Amino acid sequence: MSMNSQGRPSAIPVAASTDAVTGTITGNRGLQIEEPLIFEQDAPGRCGVDLPEIPTVATRLGAVKPRATVGLPGLAEPQVVRHYTRLSQKNYAIDSGLYPLGSCTMKHNPRLNEKMARLPGFADVHPLQPVSTVQGALELMDALAHWLKTLTGMAAVTLAPAAGAHGEMCGIMAIRAAHEAKGDSGRTKILVPESAHGTNPATAAACGYAVESIPATADGRVDLAALKAKLGPDVAGLMLTNPNTCGLFERDIIAIADAVHAAGGYFYCDGANFNAIVGRVRPADLGVAVMHINLHTTFSTPHGGGGPGSGPVVFSEALAPYVPVPYVTHGANGFALVEEAGDGPAFGRMKAFHGQMGMFTRALSYMLSHGADGLWQASGDAVLNANYVMAKLEDVMTASFDGPCMHECLFDDRFLKGTGVTTLDMAKALIDEGFHPMTMYFPLVVHGALLIEPTETESKASLDQFIGALRALAERAKGGDVAYFQAAPRLTPRRRLDETAAARKPILRWTPPAGADAVAAE
Amino acid sequence: MRYLPLTEADRQSMLAATRAASVNDLFRDVPEAARLSGPIGGLPNHMGELEVERLMGAMAAKNIAAGSVPSFLGAGAYRHHVPATVDHMVQRGEFLTAYTPYQPEVSQGTLQVLFEFQTQVSLLTGMDVANASMYDGATACAEAVIMANRVTRRKKALLSGGLHPHYRDTTTTDARFIGFDAVALPADPTGVEDLAAQIDNTTSCVVVQNPSVFGHVRDYSDLAKVCQAKGALLIVVVTEALSLGLLTPPGDMGADIVAAEGQSFGNALNFGGPYVGLFAVKDKYVRQMPGRLCGETVDADGRRGFVLTLSTREQHIRREKATSNICTNAGLCALAFSIHVSLLGEAGITHLAQLNHAKAVQMADKLAAVPGVEVVNGSFFNEFTVKLPKPAAGVVEALAARRILGGVPVSRLYPGEMDDLLLVAVTETNTESDMDAFATALAEVLS
Repeated sequence: MSMNSQGRPSAIPVAASTDAVTGTITGNRGLQIEEPLIFEQDAPGRCGVDLPEIPTVATRLGAVKPRATVGLPGLAEPQVVRHYTRLSQKNYAIDSGLYPLGSCTMKHNPRLNEKMARLPGFADVHPLQPVSTVQGALELMDALAHWLKTLTGMAAVTLAPAAGAHGEMCGIMAIRAAHEAKGDSGRTKILVPESAHGTNPATAAACGYAVESIPATADGRVDLAALKAKLGPDVAGLMLTNPNTCGLFERDIIAIADAVHAAGGYFYCDGANFNAIVGRVRPADLGVAVMHINLHTTFSTPHGGGGPGSGPVVFSEALAPYVPVPYVTHGANGFALVEEAGDGPAFGRMKAFHGQMGMFTRALSYMLSHGADGLWQASGDAVLNANYVMAKLEDVMTASFDGPCMHECLFDDRFLKGTGVTTLDMAKALIDEGFHPMTMYFPLVVHGALLIEPTETESKASLDQFIGALRALAERAKGGDVAYFQAAPRLTPRRRLDETAAARKPILRWTPPAGADAVAAE
Repeated sequence: MRYLPLTEADRQSMLAATRAASVNDLFRDVPEAARLSGPIGGLPNHMGELEVERLMGAMAAKNIAAGSVPSFLGAGAYRHHVPATVDHMVQRGEFLTAYTPYQPEVSQGTLQVLFEFQTQVSLLTGMDVANASMYDGATACAEAVIMANRVTRRKKALLSGGLHPHYRDTTTTDARFIGFDAVALPADPTGVEDLAAQIDNTTSCVVVQNPSVFGHVRDYSDLAKVCQAKGALLIVVVTEALSLGLLTPPGDMGADIVAAEGQSFGNALNFGGPYVGLFAVKDKYVRQMPGRLCGETVDADGRRGFVLTLSTREQHIRREKATSNICTNAGLCALAFSIHVSLLGEAGITHLAQLNHAKAVQMADKLAAVPGVEVVNGSFFNEFTVKLPKPAAGVVEALAARRILGGVPVSRLYPGEMDDLLLVAVTETNTESDMDAFATALAEVLS
């Protein structure tokens, strides 16, 4: 290679081949680095941990044979660190930018909460240690229960359910147990509005109930008259999200609750949107009989790419006897843990051990940090941010219902009519602008839904940038630049993925390339 | 408030844009009687980090951390050493603060992790395919039974007496409300029960646990054949996933479904959660599985990529016809599992499993030498049952007073039963001196 006088190459060497997509030799694009599967980086015998020698003993495996191989790859620690670092860089996250997923509530995850959850006194405690050695853990559960009961005004709480949908199961089981205790076996239906989360009908059906849909009025709320017409001795309860999935508060909520209870049913409130009203409105004052709370949406435990969640459930006085085990009580020698249902009306266990303790610590850390005044301000800011976004977009996009909205605002695709651009295309174009898309095509009650939830942890500057981008995209769509949208996203680690092919011939795991065994055997 | 970026000036200018008189005015759809006039009473106001740390630190300090004393607890939750890399990687904000990967173009990191996780679980269990995780082992077990009922169109599950009582109870709770029979056999502390004789042509599935809650390891290949002959599915539960590094995997024994707890890899004890449920099946049952699945595909440029797939099984598409109501799973715990398994690799996982077994053998011998103590198990992996001359609960309390966490009394899991039995688990975290201290203290407490 020829060098210039500074000792640098005088000409950039031309590679034999370049990647067709990126134009680079490696297929990498600056900070976006292609990363093979971990299984494609194997060197047999290599290991990322150093372990002590195995003492020589006679094994006690009975009739079970030791397995010959597992088939896992061998990597050293630096390779593993680089693998997961590179993979992480292919994710959008709330830490990176605005993540306005309606109904999912992507708010800032304070790192103090992570630190608290990792205190050895919480993280390194076994669930079956003697109760005398875990008094602080039980105190924390008791404190969280106190906060949840105070914020909701409800009589009782279980911390056991592992996630929101699991909390729904718990609530519907309690309703069923209560009816059974009264000897009322004729209640076979649960009413669910059309706008409900998919988990609501799935939960009701899983608990053996027939699901009956109730329609919405033109203003996006439950049709009270239609609801009343469906109530009767065959209805076990109503599952209703409030604020609802259109981002609206059900104005008739108290009348709805009264009607359900007068007909002998129970009002189950899906608390996924509790973050809109936390600290300002107590669900007990709305007539709620039972409600789950997603600790990740309201109290900022991290979503973690799809869990873990935690779904405590609060109960009215009437349903309090049916709280499942386990739960914490105050005993003569400090806190006690009731782990068996016994002969009472309480029904049994829903998972192993005592609930998602690691989420409890994070949620309590969030609650203590905010306090009563901070929660008041947080729900106020969440609602203000959503209304601001709605106000700034309603002249270029089509809001589905009149405001004020609560913590999220709903648009439909009427503004895209005749443009050839779809809700999906808009979402993908937003990705190129550096935003995570809003929730698309949910709720199902409007066409081509775009549900935007900014949360209280976004600044005005961040909202203004988002609003500016969406306005410009809406104008561009109306200007007829369909091809631009259909090709989006262009700037992501991967462009649109073929989901049809993925479902038609599912490839759900890596398999060794053909002939690998033969090579290994040589 | 440190988490709220809006200034008072922002709020005023934004309110003007919304044409509302005040933030309270935005809540006008809430019935007036239900609107609080100011911050809720009975709770403290906001606190700085320092104050929160003080309060929560004081609570944490009231617990005995398992790592601060010799600790021998298992029974479905195991204290293993988690390499520093795991928690460091898990705390990367791009993993920690991302949502479910519904927008695959900006979620390839999470999706590739799930694809690799599914592969690791398939390999460890010896099964064809695994999902992207469940809440925990117990809920995975219940979902496996529900799935078996669906596949076989039968409604009677047979639960082994070696199944962890929390798993049994989680399943029977579902049985009561969903409407199927879950026949739980009597506790089997000696590991001798004969399940084959109890299977008939109405049995949807047989649920066994290997190693059992009492620690026994068994080969279920013959049981699998009986199940197949009677048209029932064999569900194998594993609560100590590390055992899969040493024992013949359930898939090789003929299991149809494996429901396991993955906490042993990458996840702290956390007083019982969050953990990570593993769920693996034979290929032919893929479309009957609950939970999320990640699959390989290509993007518009023809490059390999990953997406969530077969979602027509799931609640957000199928609503009341879904295979399960599960939505959230255990994403971040699955990531921790996956990183730990990647660090261990083939050589490490085999070595670590053998190390656990060898240490457990040593511990069993030390305890067997304590007067009055009898090791019940003929076979085990890293956990076994001992019979004591006194009620185990009191013994464990007395050991705790000596700052030794000496196992789980069987009566904690079976109230009022088998109060002289104690479950003892041993892992790589237990040193020789821990083991000696335990044996010595036990001898003192029993004398």
